[in-house]
Amino acid sequence: MPTKRSLFLGFLAVGLQGFGGVLPFARRMLVDQRRWLSAREFTEVLSLSQFLPGPNIVNVSIIVGSRFRGPLGSVAATLGLMLMPFVIVLALAALYARFADLAPVRGATNGISAAATGLVIATGVKMARALKEIPWHVVMCALTFVAIALLRLPLLWVLAVFAPISVAIAWWLMRR
Amino acid sequence: MSTSVLAELARQFSLLSFLAIGGVNALIPEIHRRVVEMEHWMTDADFAQAFAIAQAAPGPNMLIVSVIGWKVSGVLGALVATVAICLPSSALTFAVAHVWDRFREAPLRAAIQHGLAPVTVGLVLASGYILARTVDQTWATFAITAATLALTLTTRLHPLVLLGIAAALGVAGFV
Repeated sequence: MPTKRSLFLGFLAVGLQGFGGVLPFARRMLVDQRRWLSAREFTEVLSLSQFLPGPNIVNVSIIVGSRFRGPLGSVAATLGLMLMPFVIVLALAALYARFADLAPVRGATNGISAAATGLVIATGVKMARALKEIPWHVVMCALTFVAIALLRLPLLWVLAVFAPISVAIAWWLMRR
Repeated sequence: MSTSVLAELARQFSLLSFLAIGGVNALIPEIHRRVVEMEHWMTDADFAQAFAIAQAAPGPNMLIVSVIGWKVSGVLGALVATVAICLPSSALTFAVAHVWDRFREAPLRAAIQHGLAPVTVGLVLASGYILARTVDQTWATFAITAATLALTLTTRLHPLVLLGIAAALGVAGFV
């Protein structure tokens, strides 16, 4: 069973590795390298993390930490995960503020944000492909998109209306 | 002044913490709505830069929240915003993780997961749309977004390679 120290160090490594998505690196550390979880356990932890609100990878660190070492285990794992990325991103922000007047720095930032936007859209498209077998999923997805992206409605209202409706439809179809 | 800004950061982001279904990527339109449109803490250009800086750092993509906090109120602001986006949802996760396994076979759990999936996808697609509107102000950036999208869908190139190419194009003065 991992100690609090090894939980901290394990997630510290994950935080430093992940670019554009940390989850694959978390899986490698937890399942392949340190063998704290089986592949099946990891999938269960991940699906619970995605189901609950909050950053998925933070939820993974909370669940894994608490499973082995209780509340302090969660704190150790989450601190390990967040510490270095937080320091690095602030250093980058400070550097950017200092050198934003230089054209190459501005160019690099514009390029990165444009490419990262493409990555987000690609993630959405890949997820949407998995939905297209189920017509009412496509409708629900489209309605959410229109409400948030085009009508710019507050997320709280959209979730308060769409989430229960969507879950009720799923429930009703399962019971039939 | 500064204390009230910190309190407002804490309030806004701890509320968002509970709404972050499908991770922080799905939350970007709402963060943009609150931070740029309602609170006027930053401009569209600032938001695009914060997004870029967060993407250039390793780690979870929620770091955009840290950069926004930093922009609004320095290192303390970054700390407050980051803790605020993590703490409420983490406390909930900690509480639920212990009872969740008992409901492994419950049909309601399956219905919730199955029902939330399309909403989450809609949120991520909305994030892509809002980001594109914020970020793609020129033909060059629009072309980079489109090319990255196409390459991600058709090849197995690592995201970091694509970000690197885009950064290099920017340094070279094409963007």
